[in-house]
Amino acid sequence: MHLILFFLFAGFCLAGAINLLWQTHPINSALSLIVVMTSLAVLYLLLGAEFLAIAQIIVYAGAVMVLFTFVVMLLNAGREERTLGSRAAARVGFPAVVVLLAVLATIILRAQGLASAHLGQGLTSDPNSSNLVLLSQVLFHELLLPFELTSVLILIAILGAVAIARREGSEVGGSERTAEK
Amino acid sequence: MNGPPHLWLIPLLPLAGFLLNGILGARLPRWLVTTIGLLAPLGALAVVLNATAVAASHPGITVCKGCTYPQGSFYLPNVETCPHAWIALPGLHVDFTFVLDQLSLVMLLVVTGVGFLIHVYSVGYMRDDPGYARYFSYLNLFLFFMTTLVLAGNVLVMFVGWEGVGLASYLLIGFWFQKPSAAAAGKKAFIVNRIGDFGFLIGIFLLLANFGTLTFSEIANKLAASPIWSSGVLTAICLCLLAGAAGKSAQLPLYVWLPDAMEGPTPVSALIHAATMVTAGVYMIARTHFLFDRAPIALGTVAIVGAATAIFAATIALAQNDIKRVLAYSTISQLGYMFLACGVAAYSAAIFHLVTHAFFKALLFLAAGSVIHAMGGEQDMRKMGGLRKKLPVTFWTMTVAVFTIAGFWPLAAFYSKDAILYAAFVHGVGGKFLWFVGLVTAMLTALYMFRLWYMTFFGELRTADAHPHESPWSMRAPLIVLALLSICGGWIGIERFSSYLAPAVGLHPAVSSFPHLELILGIVAVLVALEGFLIADKYYRRKTERPAQLAAAMPAEYKLLANKYYVDEFYDARLVKPLFWFSQFVLGWVVDFAILGGIAWLLAGIANLSGAILQRWQSGNLRSYAAWLALGAAALLLFVLLGHHFAEPPRIMVNLVRGH
Amino acid sequence: MSFMQHDVPLTWYLLLSAVLFSLGVVGFLIKRNLITVFMSIELMLNAVNLSFVAFAYQWHAVKGQIFVFFVMMVAAAEAAVGLAIIIAVFRTRATLAVDRIDLMKL
Repeated sequence: MHLILFFLFAGFCLAGAINLLWQTHPINSALSLIVVMTSLAVLYLLLGAEFLAIAQIIVYAGAVMVLFTFVVMLLNAGREERTLGSRAAARVGFPAVVVLLAVLATIILRAQGLASAHLGQGLTSDPNSSNLVLLSQVLFHELLLPFELTSVLILIAILGAVAIARREGSEVGGSERTAEK
Repeated sequence: MNGPPHLWLIPLLPLAGFLLNGILGARLPRWLVTTIGLLAPLGALAVVLNATAVAASHPGITVCKGCTYPQGSFYLPNVETCPHAWIALPGLHVDFTFVLDQLSLVMLLVVTGVGFLIHVYSVGYMRDDPGYARYFSYLNLFLFFMTTLVLAGNVLVMFVGWEGVGLASYLLIGFWFQKPSAAAAGKKAFIVNRIGDFGFLIGIFLLLANFGTLTFSEIANKLAASPIWSSGVLTAICLCLLAGAAGKSAQLPLYVWLPDAMEGPTPVSALIHAATMVTAGVYMIARTHFLFDRAPIALGTVAIVGAATAIFAATIALAQNDIKRVLAYSTISQLGYMFLACGVAAYSAAIFHLVTHAFFKALLFLAAGSVIHAMGGEQDMRKMGGLRKKLPVTFWTMTVAVFTIAGFWPLAAFYSKDAILYAAFVHGVGGKFLWFVGLVTAMLTALYMFRLWYMTFFGELRTADAHPHESPWSMRAPLIVLALLSICGGWIGIERFSSYLAPAVGLHPAVSSFPHLELILGIVAVLVALEGFLIADKYYRRKTERPAQLAAAMPAEYKLLANKYYVDEFYDARLVKPLFWFSQFVLGWVVDFAILGGIAWLLAGIANLSGAILQRWQSGNLRSYAAWLALGAAALLLFVLLGHHFAEPPRIMVNLVRGH
Repeated sequence: MSFMQHDVPLTWYLLLSAVLFSLGVVGFLIKRNLITVFMSIELMLNAVNLSFVAFAYQWHAVKGQIFVFFVMMVAAAEAAVGLAIIIAVFRTRATLAVDRIDLMKL
């Protein structure tokens, strides 16, 4: 069961990733990425990280990717064209990445002592605690400060995003006037 | 009255005056500036007089170490040393030492006494000058350095005073610095002095190398202790010291700054360039007489330099028309006499002449200043005349001074000049030649001084619109005091003076087997002076058109004298211009512009070039940034993975790769 | 073990993570649209997250999952700010082509 689920959703991941690269219109890429995110959520479930799976769906697939889709639709940039630069990048980039993948694969395959993932087995077999309990115990005791700081970080991100993306009156007037000329 | 002499007060009071007037002077009311400016030299003079009284109250002015003295008094030489050493190194130990012995006491009396009189004179002379406070602060600064020089117990402290009086001289010559000629004269004085000081410095180095100490008494002791000092070394040292003295005392060939120094105010010329600073060279030679005594070649050089300068300057003075220039060349000439005296080892005679010269030369300058003040700034004698009725006090005091410098009996310079000429005459064959030169110079001295006297005070006033008026009392009083001193200053006599100075400069009596030689030589000198007076009388009082005819008859000789033998032009062409060219072209263009500028340009070029090359990297192209990022990450990864060839990799990687 | 109960070796999870990461790098290097490049970055982050979860399972260390949690938070913040910047860039450059946005100053 585990195997089938793994192969299925790993396949979805790979298909989505490859599609992300294959598509020329960014909206298609965004939708492919949503597929990848969701499949990854399932894979987290298989590995016993229930909270993370839900967080992945809610935060990543549900918020971040929606944001991406929204921006793509807002800017309405259109399809990519093939240019000289992109061709050169492809010629250099592909072999480099193949090398990278080869190195990583070598390391992973030569590693010994890795366990196998068993379906339904989480981080603890204690019936009273679950993945969520473990997570929250560490998060709210040891790592309380980083947790709070993360919220500050998000606040800063919000402020930054608002400040950067907001239209300023003079800028708009200036650009409109130059556009009229 | 019987306490220690507190020598440190003597320089310190003028220094305090300098600081107060220099910093606050512009804001203080004039009477306060005057008070501070006068109190400083007066205080120094009071300390010196106190020291004189104590030193003179002991039985026998010469040192008597065996006697008992009342408690709290001192005897000469009195040494005061600052408890903190100045330089305390293994090879060199120098203290701040002040020494009061007979020689420095005499010099101090002259410096502070005449200095005080000139300060009083300046109150009247500089009354209308806007730089009044600055003037007094500079004068006090000069006094500080001069007293330091005189009181110095070692060569280095003397050098401090030496350089300091050069600085004060520069500041005072260029006092009216808005005048370009005054500023140039100040620079010339300082630079020519510096050339002499270079010789002095070499002399100091040689002294240190050979004696290991710079204190006068220690050097004298070491010299006296061993008779085997190589005269070559001593000659070298003495010649270097002579170079310094020649620069400071305006002897050949470094005299060119003194006539130009007349650009400064007349009291400055009186104080610095007649009575005190220019005599520092003579003082220095007298102070180091123990070195010169053992280097006869150097001593001979001193004598020759002195005699040559004396006659050289006297000839130039004959053809000068500026009253102060005549007096300047006269000063150079009289300093030549003092050097001549030192050169025949008659140090006491030199100091004696120094003292009398201070009196009459200061008087001459101050009286000339009074004349200039009366003529509203006019200094050309051809425009003066007939002033003796209008300026009576000035006239009579200047008459005393002119007769003194000519060497008439019984005025002061007769005794001192006679002592010098007598000592020269008995000094061997060369001495007789020097005596003759000195005699000719005496005649020339009388001639040009009486020429000055006649042109200024007799005849008719040659400028129509001048209104000469007598000077205020602050200017007349010092004239009278100095005149009195000129009259009776020589009456102490050379014998008593020599015996007084003997502990400091050694006793070198001039003895001759011929009886009454001194008397005969004295009569000859007076006759020669009389001849000069008569010639001047003929040419400048009775037949006043003759000088112009003579000048027209011998145009080349006259031009030579009037243009001071073209020495300044010679120096300018041979020394100044090449130096100028060297600085401008070699140092300015080659070194400064080409080499240093080239190096700077090269460095900038390298920075620019590397910047231009590296700039390409920051193309703004996102993809290239991405590519470089990836490359960097890959390199890091590679380094971590393959780093186990060179270093210990992280344990996790080891475990993974090796498989535990 | 039968086919249905067969366990999945963690090696496969790690390999998947490596492949996803490499695909992300490829997209980062060759894609021309700025937003697509940004999405490739997100793909890379997710691949690493998977790797972390796998190792958390391996050593029963919840800290691995907490790290994933934080990565997610930071990625969210980064996505927000990054997209705001992209909007600002688009406003002045009127293009999202990576080659054309080569002046650092807007």
